Amino acid sequence: MPRVRNVFVVLKRELMSYFESPVAYVFMVFFLLLIGFLTFSVSRLYERNMADLQPFFFWYPWVFLILVPAATMGLWAEERDTGTIELLLTMPITLAEALLGKFLASWLFMAIAIALTFPVVVTVAILGDPDMGAVIGGYVGTLMLAGACAAIGMLTSSMTRSQVISYVISFTICLVLLLAGWEPITGFFSKWAPAWLVDTVAAFSFIPHFEALRRGVVDLRDIAYYTSIIVFMLFATHIVVENRKSA
Amino acid sequence: MIEVRNLVKNFGPFTAVKGVSFKVEKGEVLGFLGPNGAGKTTTMRMIVGFLPPTSGTAVICGHDVVEQPVEAKRMFGYLPENAPVYDSMLVANFLSFIAEIRGFKGAEKKERVESAIRKCHLESVRYQSIGTLSKGYRQRVCFAQAILHDPPVLIMDEPTDGLDPNQKHVVRMMIKQMAAQKSIIISTHILEEMDAVCTRAIIISNGSIVFNGTPDELRSRSPSGRLDEVFRELTLGKEEKVNA
Repeated sequence: MPRVRNVFVVLKRELMSYFESPVAYVFMVFFLLLIGFLTFSVSRLYERNMADLQPFFFWYPWVFLILVPAATMGLWAEERDTGTIELLLTMPITLAEALLGKFLASWLFMAIAIALTFPVVVTVAILGDPDMGAVIGGYVGTLMLAGACAAIGMLTSSMTRSQVISYVISFTICLVLLLAGWEPITGFFSKWAPAWLVDTVAAFSFIPHFEALRRGVVDLRDIAYYTSIIVFMLFATHIVVENRKSA
Repeated sequence: MIEVRNLVKNFGPFTAVKGVSFKVEKGEVLGFLGPNGAGKTTTMRMIVGFLPPTSGTAVICGHDVVEQPVEAKRMFGYLPENAPVYDSMLVANFLSFIAEIRGFKGAEKKERVESAIRKCHLESVRYQSIGTLSKGYRQRVCFAQAILHDPPVLIMDEPTDGLDPNQKHVVRMMIKQMAAQKSIIISTHILEEMDAVCTRAIIISNGSIVFNGTPDELRSRSPSGRLDEVFRELTLGKEEKVNA
Protein backbone atom coordinates (compact mmCIF):
# COMPACT_ATOMS: atom_id res chain seq x y z
CA MET A 1 0.00 0.00 0.00
CA PRO A 2 1.31 3.47 -0.83
CA ARG A 3 2.13 5.46 2.31
CA VAL A 4 0.26 8.76 2.38
CA ARG A 5 3.27 10.63 3.76
CA ASN A 6 5.52 9.69 0.83
CA VAL A 7 2.80 10.51 -1.69
CA PHE A 8 2.36 13.87 0.00
CA VAL A 9 6.10 14.69 -0.09
CA VAL A 10 6.25 14.01 -3.84
CA LEU A 11 3.00 15.94 -4.39
CA LYS A 12 4.37 18.94 -2.51
CA ARG A 13 7.56 19.04 -4.55
CA GLU A 14 5.72 18.72 -7.86
CA LEU A 15 3.28 21.46 -6.94
CA MET A 16 6.13 23.67 -5.77
CA SER A 17 7.95 23.15 -9.05
CA TYR A 18 4.87 24.46 -10.91
CA PHE A 19 4.90 27.63 -8.86
CA GLU A 20 8.68 28.06 -8.68
CA SER A 21 8.81 28.50 -12.45
CA PRO A 22 6.70 30.82 -14.60
CA VAL A 23 4.75 27.78 -15.87
CA ALA A 24 2.02 28.04 -13.24
CA TYR A 25 1.35 31.73 -13.80
CA VAL A 26 1.38 31.58 -17.59
CA PHE A 27 -0.88 28.55 -17.43
CA MET A 28 -3.41 30.09 -15.03
CA VAL A 29 -3.58 33.42 -16.83
CA PHE A 30 -4.15 31.83 -20.22
CA PHE A 31 -6.60 29.32 -18.83
CA LEU A 32 -8.71 32.08 -17.26
CA LEU A 33 -8.45 34.33 -20.32
CA LEU A 34 -9.47 31.53 -22.64
CA ILE A 35 -12.38 30.31 -20.53
CA GLY A 36 -13.54 33.92 -20.00
CA PHE A 37 -13.30 34.81 -23.66
CA LEU A 38 -15.17 31.70 -24.78
CA THR A 39 -17.88 32.10 -22.14
CA PHE A 40 -18.54 35.82 -22.51
CA SER A 41 -17.57 36.66 -26.10
CA VAL A 42 -18.25 33.48 -28.02
CA SER A 43 -21.19 32.02 -26.05
CA ARG A 44 -22.49 35.47 -25.04
CA LEU A 45 -23.33 34.57 -21.45
CA TYR A 46 -24.87 38.00 -20.71
CA GLU A 47 -26.93 38.26 -23.87
CA ARG A 48 -28.60 34.88 -23.22
CA ASN A 49 -30.49 36.39 -20.29
CA MET A 50 -30.44 33.09 -18.45
CA ALA A 51 -28.89 32.62 -15.04
CA ASP A 52 -27.11 29.36 -15.70
CA LEU A 53 -23.57 28.25 -16.48
CA GLN A 54 -24.24 25.94 -19.41
CA PRO A 55 -22.18 28.02 -21.85
CA PHE A 56 -19.38 28.28 -19.29
CA PHE A 57 -19.04 24.54 -18.67
CA PHE A 58 -19.56 23.76 -22.36
CA TRP A 59 -16.05 25.01 -23.18
CA TYR A 60 -14.06 23.13 -20.56
CA PRO A 61 -13.38 19.96 -22.59
CA TRP A 62 -11.89 22.07 -25.40
CA VAL A 63 -9.85 24.27 -23.13
CA PHE A 64 -8.54 21.20 -21.29
CA LEU A 65 -7.67 19.61 -24.60
CA ILE A 66 -5.23 22.44 -25.25
CA LEU A 67 -3.93 23.12 -21.76
CA VAL A 68 -3.87 19.92 -19.68
CA PRO A 69 -1.29 18.15 -21.89
CA ALA A 70 0.90 21.23 -21.35
CA ALA A 71 0.57 20.96 -17.58
CA THR A 72 1.42 17.26 -17.51
CA MET A 73 3.99 16.92 -20.29
CA GLY A 74 6.89 17.52 -17.91
CA LEU A 75 5.86 15.09 -15.16
CA TRP A 76 8.09 12.24 -16.29
CA ALA A 77 9.64 13.46 -19.56
CA GLU A 78 11.56 16.18 -17.74
CA GLU A 79 12.78 13.75 -15.06
CA ARG A 80 14.00 11.45 -17.80
CA ASP A 81 15.61 14.22 -19.78
CA THR A 82 17.53 15.72 -16.86
CA GLY A 83 18.27 12.38 -15.21
CA THR A 84 16.52 13.27 -11.94
CA ILE A 85 14.36 10.16 -12.42
CA GLU A 86 17.40 8.23 -11.20
CA LEU A 87 17.49 10.33 -8.05
CA LEU A 88 13.75 10.07 -7.40
CA LEU A 89 13.52 6.33 -7.92
CA THR A 90 16.51 5.53 -5.71
CA MET A 91 14.87 7.30 -2.77
CA PRO A 92 13.23 5.00 -0.19
CA ILE A 93 9.76 5.25 -1.75
CA THR A 94 7.90 2.98 -4.13
CA LEU A 95 7.17 3.83 -7.76
CA ALA A 96 3.44 3.79 -6.94
CA GLU A 97 3.98 6.52 -4.33
CA ALA A 98 6.01 8.62 -6.75
CA LEU A 99 3.47 8.44 -9.53
CA LEU A 100 0.47 8.98 -7.28
CA GLY A 101 2.17 12.08 -5.89
CA LYS A 102 2.87 13.38 -9.37
CA PHE A 103 -0.62 12.69 -10.64
CA LEU A 104 -2.33 14.26 -7.62
CA ALA A 105 -0.07 17.32 -7.92
CA SER A 106 -1.08 17.91 -11.54
CA TRP A 107 -4.73 17.30 -10.68
CA LEU A 108 -4.57 19.66 -7.73
CA PHE A 109 -2.88 22.24 -9.93
CA MET A 110 -5.80 21.99 -12.37
CA ALA A 111 -8.23 22.20 -9.46
CA ILE A 112 -6.63 25.46 -8.31
CA ALA A 113 -7.00 26.87 -11.83
CA ILE A 114 -10.64 25.73 -11.96
CA ALA A 115 -11.34 27.21 -8.53
CA LEU A 116 -10.09 30.58 -9.78
CA THR A 117 -13.08 30.76 -12.14
CA PHE A 118 -15.33 31.47 -9.11
CA PRO A 119 -16.07 35.08 -10.20
CA VAL A 120 -18.14 33.64 -13.06
CA VAL A 121 -20.34 31.81 -10.55
CA VAL A 122 -20.57 34.89 -8.33
CA THR A 123 -21.55 37.04 -11.33
CA VAL A 124 -24.36 34.72 -12.35
CA ALA A 125 -25.53 34.38 -8.73
CA ILE A 126 -25.76 38.16 -8.38
CA LEU A 127 -27.58 38.64 -11.68
CA GLY A 128 -30.06 35.85 -11.21
CA ASP A 129 -30.89 32.68 -9.40
CA PRO A 130 -28.88 29.83 -10.96
CA ASP A 131 -29.60 26.17 -10.20
CA MET A 132 -26.79 25.45 -7.73
CA GLY A 133 -27.17 21.70 -8.32
CA ALA A 134 -26.19 22.25 -11.93
CA VAL A 135 -23.28 24.45 -10.89
CA ILE A 136 -21.95 21.84 -8.46
CA GLY A 137 -22.52 19.06 -11.00
CA GLY A 138 -20.72 21.15 -13.60
CA TYR A 139 -17.72 21.62 -11.36
CA VAL A 140 -17.66 17.92 -10.37
CA GLY A 141 -17.72 17.00 -14.06
CA THR A 142 -15.01 19.53 -14.84
CA LEU A 143 -12.80 18.20 -12.07
CA MET A 144 -13.25 14.57 -13.16
CA LEU A 145 -12.55 15.55 -16.77
CA ALA A 146 -9.39 17.37 -15.68
CA GLY A 147 -8.29 14.27 -13.74
CA ALA A 148 -8.84 11.99 -16.75
CA CYS A 149 -6.93 14.35 -19.07
CA ALA A 150 -4.12 14.70 -16.52
CA ALA A 151 -3.84 10.91 -16.15
CA ILE A 152 -3.60 10.54 -19.94
CA GLY A 153 -1.01 13.31 -20.02
CA MET A 154 1.04 11.61 -17.32
CA LEU A 155 1.03 8.34 -19.26
CA THR A 156 2.29 9.97 -22.45
CA SER A 157 4.87 11.91 -20.42
CA SER A 158 6.22 8.64 -19.05
CA MET A 159 6.73 7.23 -22.54
CA THR A 160 9.25 9.76 -23.80
CA ARG A 161 11.98 12.16 -22.77
CA SER A 162 10.61 14.79 -25.14
CA GLN A 163 7.93 17.05 -23.70
CA VAL A 164 6.78 18.03 -27.20
CA ILE A 165 6.12 14.40 -28.13
CA SER A 166 4.26 13.94 -24.86
CA TYR A 167 2.10 16.98 -25.62
CA VAL A 168 1.26 15.87 -29.15
CA ILE A 169 0.34 12.31 -28.16
CA SER A 170 -1.83 13.26 -25.19
CA PHE A 171 -3.49 16.00 -27.24
CA THR A 172 -4.37 13.41 -29.88
CA ILE A 173 -5.67 10.85 -27.37
CA CYS A 174 -7.82 13.48 -25.64
CA LEU A 175 -9.08 14.74 -29.00
CA VAL A 176 -10.13 11.23 -30.06
CA LEU A 177 -11.89 10.69 -26.73
CA LEU A 178 -13.67 14.04 -27.09
CA LEU A 179 -14.73 13.63 -30.69
CA ALA A 180 -15.91 10.01 -30.36
CA GLY A 181 -19.06 11.24 -28.65
CA TRP A 182 -19.45 14.63 -30.26
CA GLU A 183 -22.76 15.10 -32.03
CA PRO A 184 -21.47 16.03 -35.51
CA ILE A 185 -19.19 12.99 -35.46
CA THR A 186 -21.71 10.48 -34.09
CA GLY A 187 -24.29 11.97 -36.50
CA PHE A 188 -21.94 11.36 -39.41
CA PHE A 189 -21.29 7.76 -38.41
CA SER A 190 -24.90 6.94 -37.53
CA LYS A 191 -25.83 7.45 -41.18
CA TRP A 192 -24.15 4.20 -42.15
CA ALA A 193 -22.79 2.39 -39.06
CA PRO A 194 -25.10 0.23 -36.92
CA ALA A 195 -26.48 2.05 -33.90
CA TRP A 196 -24.86 -0.28 -31.34
CA LEU A 197 -21.42 0.45 -32.79
CA VAL A 198 -21.94 4.20 -32.70
CA ASP A 199 -23.20 3.94 -29.12
CA THR A 200 -20.31 1.75 -27.98
CA VAL A 201 -17.71 4.11 -29.40
CA ALA A 202 -19.58 7.12 -28.04
CA ALA A 203 -19.71 5.48 -24.59
CA PHE A 204 -15.92 5.73 -24.43
CA SER A 205 -16.05 9.43 -25.11
CA PHE A 206 -15.60 12.17 -22.54
CA ILE A 207 -18.52 14.20 -23.86
CA PRO A 208 -21.68 12.19 -23.00
CA HIS A 209 -20.36 11.60 -19.47
CA PHE A 210 -19.58 15.27 -19.13
CA GLU A 211 -22.91 16.44 -20.55
CA ALA A 212 -24.97 14.73 -17.84
CA LEU A 213 -22.82 16.19 -15.06
CA ARG A 214 -23.00 19.59 -16.71
CA ARG A 215 -26.79 19.48 -16.45
CA GLY A 216 -26.50 18.75 -12.75
CA VAL A 217 -27.15 15.02 -12.93
CA VAL A 218 -24.41 13.47 -10.80
CA ASP A 219 -24.67 9.87 -11.95
CA LEU A 220 -22.32 7.38 -10.29
CA ARG A 221 -21.77 5.73 -13.66
CA ASP A 222 -20.25 8.92 -15.05
CA ILE A 223 -18.02 9.28 -11.99
CA ALA A 224 -17.06 5.61 -12.36
CA TYR A 225 -16.21 6.21 -16.02
CA TYR A 226 -13.74 8.96 -15.22
CA THR A 227 -12.36 7.08 -12.23
CA SER A 228 -11.71 4.00 -14.33
CA ILE A 229 -9.91 6.06 -16.98
CA ILE A 230 -7.70 7.56 -14.26
CA VAL A 231 -6.97 4.19 -12.62
CA PHE A 232 -6.22 2.57 -15.97
CA MET A 233 -3.82 5.36 -16.95
CA LEU A 234 -2.03 5.20 -13.57
CA PHE A 235 -1.50 1.45 -13.93
CA ALA A 236 -0.27 1.92 -17.48
CA THR A 237 2.15 4.63 -16.32
CA HIS A 238 3.47 2.30 -13.62
CA ILE A 239 4.19 -0.37 -16.21
CA VAL A 240 5.83 2.08 -18.63
CA VAL A 241 8.12 3.66 -16.03
CA GLU A 242 9.05 0.29 -14.53
CA ASN A 243 10.08 -1.04 -17.93
CA ARG A 244 11.72 2.01 -19.42
CA LYS A 245 13.59 3.57 -16.53
CA SER A 246 16.86 4.12 -18.30
CA ALA A 247 15.52 4.68 -21.80
CA MET B 1 28.06 -3.93 4.27
CA ILE B 2 27.68 -4.24 0.49
CA GLU B 3 27.57 -7.60 -1.15
CA VAL B 4 27.13 -7.83 -4.89
CA ARG B 5 26.14 -11.31 -6.01
CA ASN B 6 26.63 -12.36 -9.59
CA LEU B 7 24.90 -9.40 -11.25
CA VAL B 8 23.96 -9.90 -14.89
CA LYS B 9 22.24 -7.41 -17.16
CA ASN B 10 21.06 -8.03 -20.69
CA PHE B 11 19.78 -5.30 -22.98
CA GLY B 12 18.09 -7.38 -25.65
CA PRO B 13 20.75 -9.68 -27.12
CA PHE B 14 23.57 -7.56 -25.67
CA THR B 15 24.99 -8.54 -22.27
CA ALA B 16 26.24 -5.36 -20.61
CA VAL B 17 27.23 -6.92 -17.27
CA LYS B 18 28.36 -10.54 -17.15
CA GLY B 19 28.21 -11.84 -13.59
CA VAL B 20 29.86 -9.26 -11.35
CA SER B 21 30.41 -10.19 -7.67
CA PHE B 22 32.29 -8.39 -4.90
CA LYS B 23 32.07 -7.26 -1.29
CA VAL B 24 32.80 -3.93 0.35
CA GLU B 25 33.39 -3.76 4.12
CA LYS B 26 33.12 -0.80 6.48
CA GLY B 27 36.06 1.60 6.14
CA GLU B 28 36.76 0.56 2.57
CA VAL B 29 36.69 2.91 -0.40
CA LEU B 30 36.27 0.83 -3.50
CA GLY B 31 37.33 2.34 -6.80
CA PHE B 32 35.23 0.94 -9.61
CA LEU B 33 37.28 1.43 -12.75
CA GLY B 34 36.92 0.69 -16.39
CA PRO B 35 36.90 2.30 -19.79
CA ASN B 36 33.77 4.11 -20.93
CA GLY B 37 31.06 1.61 -21.81
CA ALA B 38 32.53 -1.20 -19.70
CA GLY B 39 29.37 -1.54 -17.61
CA LYS B 40 30.25 0.61 -14.58
CA THR B 41 27.11 2.72 -14.60
CA THR B 42 24.86 -0.24 -15.40
CA THR B 43 26.34 -2.18 -12.47
CA MET B 44 25.88 0.76 -10.11
CA ARG B 45 22.32 1.31 -11.27
CA MET B 46 21.56 -2.31 -10.43
CA ILE B 47 23.19 -2.03 -7.00
CA VAL B 48 21.03 0.98 -6.12
CA GLY B 49 17.87 -0.70 -7.41
CA PHE B 50 17.27 1.67 -10.31
CA LEU B 51 17.68 -0.99 -13.00
CA PRO B 52 16.31 -4.47 -12.33
CA PRO B 53 19.09 -7.05 -12.82
CA THR B 54 18.52 -9.85 -15.34
CA SER B 55 19.87 -12.15 -12.63
CA GLY B 56 21.80 -11.83 -9.38
CA THR B 57 21.29 -9.21 -6.70
CA ALA B 58 22.99 -6.82 -4.30
CA VAL B 59 22.62 -6.89 -0.53
CA ILE B 60 23.12 -3.61 1.31
CA CYS B 61 23.41 -3.79 5.10
CA GLY B 62 21.44 -7.02 5.09
CA HIS B 63 18.68 -5.80 2.75
CA ASP B 64 18.31 -7.38 -0.65
CA VAL B 65 17.82 -4.60 -3.18
CA VAL B 66 15.56 -6.76 -5.37
CA GLU B 67 13.45 -8.21 -2.54
CA GLN B 68 13.32 -5.25 -0.14
CA PRO B 69 14.08 -2.20 -2.29
CA VAL B 70 12.70 0.43 0.10
CA GLU B 71 14.65 -0.87 3.13
CA ALA B 72 17.84 -1.19 1.06
CA LYS B 73 17.45 2.35 -0.31
CA ARG B 74 17.36 3.78 3.22
CA MET B 75 20.88 2.42 3.78
CA PHE B 76 22.75 4.25 1.07
CA GLY B 77 23.30 7.68 -0.40
CA TYR B 78 23.63 7.75 -4.17
CA LEU B 79 25.26 10.27 -6.45
CA PRO B 80 24.15 9.40 -9.99
CA GLU B 81 26.24 10.09 -13.07
CA ASN B 82 26.26 13.81 -14.05
CA ALA B 83 24.77 14.73 -10.64
CA PRO B 84 21.13 15.26 -11.65
CA VAL B 85 19.24 17.79 -9.50
CA TYR B 86 15.96 19.68 -9.93
CA ASP B 87 16.97 22.89 -11.72
CA SER B 88 13.89 24.91 -10.81
CA MET B 89 14.30 24.42 -7.05
CA LEU B 90 16.26 26.48 -4.56
CA VAL B 91 19.19 24.65 -2.95
CA ALA B 92 17.61 24.79 0.52
CA ASN B 93 14.20 23.62 -0.77
CA PHE B 94 15.75 20.77 -2.68
CA LEU B 95 17.63 19.49 0.36
CA SER B 96 14.53 19.94 2.47
CA PHE B 97 12.60 17.79 -0.02
CA ILE B 98 15.27 15.09 0.20
CA ALA B 99 15.13 15.22 4.02
CA GLU B 100 11.34 14.80 3.92
CA ILE B 101 11.39 11.95 1.46
CA ARG B 102 13.98 10.27 3.70
CA GLY B 103 11.51 10.53 6.56
CA PHE B 104 12.86 13.43 8.65
CA LYS B 105 10.46 15.90 10.24
CA GLY B 106 10.49 19.17 12.16
CA ALA B 107 13.66 20.13 14.04
CA GLU B 108 15.59 17.07 12.90
CA LYS B 109 14.81 17.84 9.28
CA LYS B 110 16.17 21.36 9.69
CA GLU B 111 19.26 20.09 11.41
CA ARG B 112 19.95 17.52 8.67
CA VAL B 113 19.60 20.14 5.94
CA GLU B 114 21.85 22.58 7.83
CA SER B 115 24.53 20.00 8.43
CA ALA B 116 24.50 18.88 4.78
CA ILE B 117 24.81 22.51 3.67
CA ARG B 118 27.72 23.02 6.08
CA LYS B 119 29.56 19.84 5.13
CA CYS B 120 29.35 20.61 1.42
CA HIS B 121 30.10 24.34 1.80
CA LEU B 122 26.85 25.49 0.23
CA GLU B 123 26.08 28.37 2.62
CA SER B 124 26.60 31.05 -0.01
CA VAL B 125 24.18 29.52 -2.53
CA ARG B 126 21.46 28.14 -0.24
CA TYR B 127 18.77 30.51 -1.58
CA GLN B 128 19.90 30.28 -5.18
CA SER B 129 18.00 28.36 -7.82
CA ILE B 130 19.95 25.21 -8.71
CA GLY B 131 19.66 25.93 -12.44
CA THR B 132 21.86 29.01 -12.02
CA LEU B 133 24.73 27.18 -10.28
CA SER B 134 28.07 26.23 -11.78
CA LYS B 135 28.92 22.59 -12.40
CA GLY B 136 31.01 22.37 -9.23
CA TYR B 137 28.18 23.64 -7.03
CA ARG B 138 25.62 21.39 -8.70
CA GLN B 139 27.89 18.45 -7.99
CA ARG B 140 28.13 19.49 -4.35
CA VAL B 141 24.35 19.92 -4.07
CA CYS B 142 23.92 16.39 -5.36
CA PHE B 143 26.65 15.23 -2.99
CA ALA B 144 24.82 16.95 -0.12
CA GLN B 145 21.62 15.03 -0.92
CA ALA B 146 23.59 11.76 -0.85
CA ILE B 147 25.07 12.31 2.63
CA LEU B 148 22.10 14.12 4.19
CA HIS B 149 20.86 11.08 6.11
CA ASP B 150 24.40 10.04 7.11
CA PRO B 151 24.07 6.65 5.39
CA PRO B 152 26.37 3.73 6.19
CA VAL B 153 26.90 3.19 2.46
CA LEU B 154 27.79 5.74 -0.22
CA ILE B 155 27.64 4.97 -3.92
CA MET B 156 28.98 7.57 -6.33
CA ASP B 157 29.09 7.42 -10.11
CA GLU B 158 31.97 9.58 -11.38
CA PRO B 159 31.74 12.14 -8.57
CA THR B 160 34.52 14.36 -9.93
CA ASP B 161 33.68 14.21 -13.62
CA GLY B 162 33.78 17.64 -15.23
CA LEU B 163 35.16 19.43 -12.18
CA ASP B 164 38.25 21.62 -12.17
CA PRO B 165 41.32 20.48 -10.17
CA ASN B 166 40.38 22.55 -7.10
CA GLN B 167 36.84 21.22 -7.04
CA LYS B 168 38.13 17.68 -7.51
CA HIS B 169 40.35 18.20 -4.51
CA VAL B 170 37.40 19.38 -2.37
CA VAL B 171 35.27 16.36 -3.32
CA ARG B 172 38.15 13.95 -2.63
CA MET B 173 38.77 15.52 0.76
CA MET B 174 35.08 15.10 1.64
CA ILE B 175 35.21 11.45 0.62
CA LYS B 176 38.36 10.82 2.64
CA GLN B 177 36.87 12.45 5.74
CA MET B 178 33.91 10.07 5.64
CA ALA B 179 35.80 6.96 4.62
CA ALA B 180 36.47 5.49 8.07
CA GLN B 181 32.82 5.14 9.12
CA LYS B 182 31.33 4.09 5.79
CA SER B 183 31.52 1.70 2.90
CA ILE B 184 32.03 3.68 -0.26
CA ILE B 185 31.95 2.74 -3.93
CA ILE B 186 33.25 5.28 -6.43
CA SER B 187 33.19 4.68 -10.13
CA THR B 188 35.70 6.53 -12.23
CA HIS B 189 37.78 6.26 -15.34
CA ILE B 190 40.48 8.51 -13.88
CA LEU B 191 43.39 6.45 -12.52
CA GLU B 192 44.92 9.19 -10.36
CA GLU B 193 41.56 9.47 -8.59
CA MET B 194 41.57 5.82 -7.66
CA ASP B 195 45.14 6.23 -6.43
CA ALA B 196 44.20 9.31 -4.39
CA VAL B 197 41.18 8.05 -2.45
CA CYS B 198 40.63 4.31 -2.82
CA THR B 199 41.74 1.48 -0.57
CA ARG B 200 40.83 -1.11 -3.17
CA ALA B 201 40.24 -1.18 -6.90
CA ILE B 202 38.10 -3.28 -9.17
CA ILE B 203 38.63 -3.00 -12.90
CA ILE B 204 35.78 -3.99 -15.15
CA SER B 205 36.05 -4.53 -18.87
CA ASN B 206 33.33 -5.63 -21.27
CA GLY B 207 31.05 -6.41 -18.35
CA SER B 208 33.44 -8.66 -16.38
CA ILE B 209 35.83 -8.03 -13.50
CA VAL B 210 39.44 -8.27 -14.69
CA PHE B 211 41.17 -7.06 -11.52
CA ASN B 212 40.28 -6.92 -7.80
CA GLY B 213 42.99 -5.72 -5.37
CA THR B 214 44.74 -2.75 -3.80
CA PRO B 215 46.12 0.14 -5.88
CA ASP B 216 49.66 -1.01 -4.95
CA GLU B 217 48.99 -4.52 -6.20
CA LEU B 218 47.74 -3.02 -9.41
CA ARG B 219 50.85 -0.91 -9.76
CA SER B 220 53.16 -3.87 -9.10
CA ARG B 221 51.76 -5.60 -12.15
CA SER B 222 53.59 -3.22 -14.43
CA PRO B 223 57.37 -3.33 -14.69
CA SER B 224 57.46 0.46 -14.92
CA GLY B 225 55.02 0.92 -12.03
CA ARG B 226 52.69 2.97 -14.22
CA LEU B 227 48.98 2.54 -13.63
CA ASP B 228 47.90 3.52 -17.10
CA GLU B 229 49.99 0.74 -18.64
CA VAL B 230 48.38 -1.91 -16.43
CA PHE B 231 44.99 -0.45 -17.14
CA ARG B 232 45.55 -0.70 -20.90
CA GLU B 233 46.92 -4.19 -20.54
CA LEU B 234 43.82 -5.33 -18.63
CA THR B 235 41.07 -3.61 -20.57
CA LEU B 236 42.11 -3.68 -24.23
CA GLY B 237 41.58 -6.61 -26.58
CA LYS B 238 44.53 -8.06 -28.54
CA GLU B 239 43.87 -6.20 -31.80
CA GLU B 240 43.18 -2.95 -30.01
CA LYS B 241 46.53 -3.21 -28.24
CA VAL B 242 48.32 -3.39 -31.57
CA ASN B 243 46.53 -0.27 -32.79
CA ALA B 244 46.77 1.65 -29.52
